[in-house]
Amino acid sequence: MQNFMRDAAQFMPLLLQGLKFTILVTAGSLLLSSLLGLVWALMRVSGIAWLAMIAKLVVNTLRGIPILVQLFYLYFVMPEFGLRLTALEAAILGLGIAYSAYQSENFRAGIEAVDHGQIEAAQSIGMGWGLMMRRVVLPQAIKIILPPYGNIMIMMLKDSSQASTITVAELTLQGSLIASSTFKNMTVYTLVALLYLSMSLPLIAFVGWLERRFGKGTKR
Amino acid sequence: MSPAMIELGSVTKSFGTHQVLKGITASVERGEVVCLIGPSGSGKSTILRCINGLEAYDGGLVHIDGVKVDRDASSIVGIRTSMAMVFQRFNLFPHRTALENVVEGPIYVKKEPAAEATARGRDLLARVGLAAKIDAYPAQLSGGQMQRVAIARALAMQPKAILFDEPTSALDPELVGEVLEVMKSLAEEGMTMLVVTHEMGFAREVADRVLFLDQGVIVEEGSARELLSAPRNPRTQDFLRRVLRPI
Ligand SMILES: Nc1ncnc2c1ncn2[C@@H]1O[C@H](COP(=O)(O)OP(=O)(O)OP(=O)(O)O)[C@@H](O)[C@H]1O
Ligand SMILES: [Mg+2]
Repeated sequence: MQNFMRDAAQFMPLLLQGLKFTILVTAGSLLLSSLLGLVWALMRVSGIAWLAMIAKLVVNTLRGIPILVQLFYLYFVMPEFGLRLTALEAAILGLGIAYSAYQSENFRAGIEAVDHGQIEAAQSIGMGWGLMMRRVVLPQAIKIILPPYGNIMIMMLKDSSQASTITVAELTLQGSLIASSTFKNMTVYTLVALLYLSMSLPLIAFVGWLERRFGKGTKR
Repeated sequence: MSPAMIELGSVTKSFGTHQVLKGITASVERGEVVCLIGPSGSGKSTILRCINGLEAYDGGLVHIDGVKVDRDASSIVGIRTSMAMVFQRFNLFPHRTALENVVEGPIYVKKEPAAEATARGRDLLARVGLAAKIDAYPAQLSGGQMQRVAIARALAMQPKAILFDEPTSALDPELVGEVLEVMKSLAEEGMTMLVVTHEMGFAREVADRVLFLDQGVIVEEGSARELLSAPRNPRTQDFLRRVLRPI
C-alpha cells in the first residue's frame, strides 16, 4: 500500500496531463457531434426528400464504419489529400463526426416523438418551419432527448481513449507509456481506471437525475 | 358585393385511392355561424384542414376573403393567421403557460410588441373566464379550461374567422357547457365561425346554417331549425336519429 501511494504520487502528474487531453477530446468531439447531429436530424425531418436522403446516407455510412477506422482515415489518409491535421485535431474531428450519427438518431427520435397536434397548432397560428422547430418542437423534444444524450456523453468519454491510437497522449496512452517503462501495471491501470471513474460516475449520476426529471411519467 | 369569408367550390381531396371529399361547394358569409355535422370519417376535419391549408386539396377552389388558399404561395401565412383553428384535443403548447400560449402567435408570428400582445392576452383569458389561470401550465388545467385557453389563443390572432373541429368531443360531459358558453358569446359578437360538432343543441341555438356531410358529399344544407327539426334527406334523418337518440 505504501508503495502504491508513493508510485501514485510519482505517476499522477503525467496521468493528469493525459486527463487534460481526455477532457479536451471528449468536450471537443461532444460539441461537434451535437452540432452535426442536430444538422443531420433537422435534415431528416425537414420534409424535403433530397435533404433527408443525404442525411440518411451520411448517418448510415458513419454508423457502418468502425470509429477506429474513421480516425485512421482522418489522420493517416487525409494528408495525402493535402489535409494535414494534428493528432488532437484529428481525434476531435474524427470522434465528433463518427458520433454525430448516434447523436442524430437520438435527436430525430426525440423530434418525431413530439405529438403531431403540436405541429398542427404551430402551423395553424402561421408559424413557418424554423420558428415551429425553435419555439414548439425542440423545447418539447429535448425532454425526450436528454436522458439518452447523457448516455452518449459517457460513451464518448470512454471512447476518447481511441484517440490514443493516433498518438494523442490522453489518459490511456499516458498510462500505457508509464506502464511499459516502469512495469508497474497494476498501480498505473488502477489509477487510470479511477481517473475515468472520477469523471464518469458524476456523469452517470447526472443521467440518473435527468431520467428521473424528464423520463416517463412526468407531466411536463 | 364583397366575397364570402370562406368559399369552397367543387373541392376534391383524396388520400391515396380513397376520395375523401367529392366536390364540396359551400360558403360561410361574414359574421355567419355555420355548423358542419356528419358521421365519423365523412370528411369534416379534412374540409377544415383544407380551408387553412393544413392539408392540400386536389381539385376545385378554396377562397378566404377572396384570396385563394395555396400552400405553396407566400399568402398562406396570412391565411393561417386569419383563419384560427380550435382542435378537439386542444393542442396547447405544454411547455408554456396559458398566457404564453395565447401570446405566442401575436409576438412571434405577427411580431406585435410584447407589452401590447400581453395586455390583450390577459384580457382574452379574462374574457374566457380564466383570469386566475394566466400562469398555469396546461397540465394544471381541466379539459374545459384548456379548451378555453385554446379559444383565447385563437382570438389573440385577431382572426377573420375561427374553425372549430369538435371542440367539445374530448371533454367530460360536465365541462362541455363552459366551452359552448364561450363559443355562444363569440357568435353573439359577430365572429365568423365554422364549427364541426356533434352538439345538436348548440347547432340549433347558435348556428345560422347547418351543413350535413356524408361520405365526402354535402347531402343537405339549410337553416339550423329546418335541417335539424325537419330534415328532408333520408341520410340526414337517419344520422340525426342516431345522434339525438344514441344506442
Ligand atoms: N392523412 C390521412 N391519410 C390517409 N387518410 C386520411 C388522412 N386524414 C384523413 N383520412 C381519411 O379521410 C377520411 C375523412 O377523415 P376526416 O378526419 O376528415 O373525417 P371526419 O369527418 O373529421 O371524422 P371524425 O368525426 O371521426 O373526426 C377518413 O376515412 C380518414 O381515415
Ligand atoms: Mg374529424
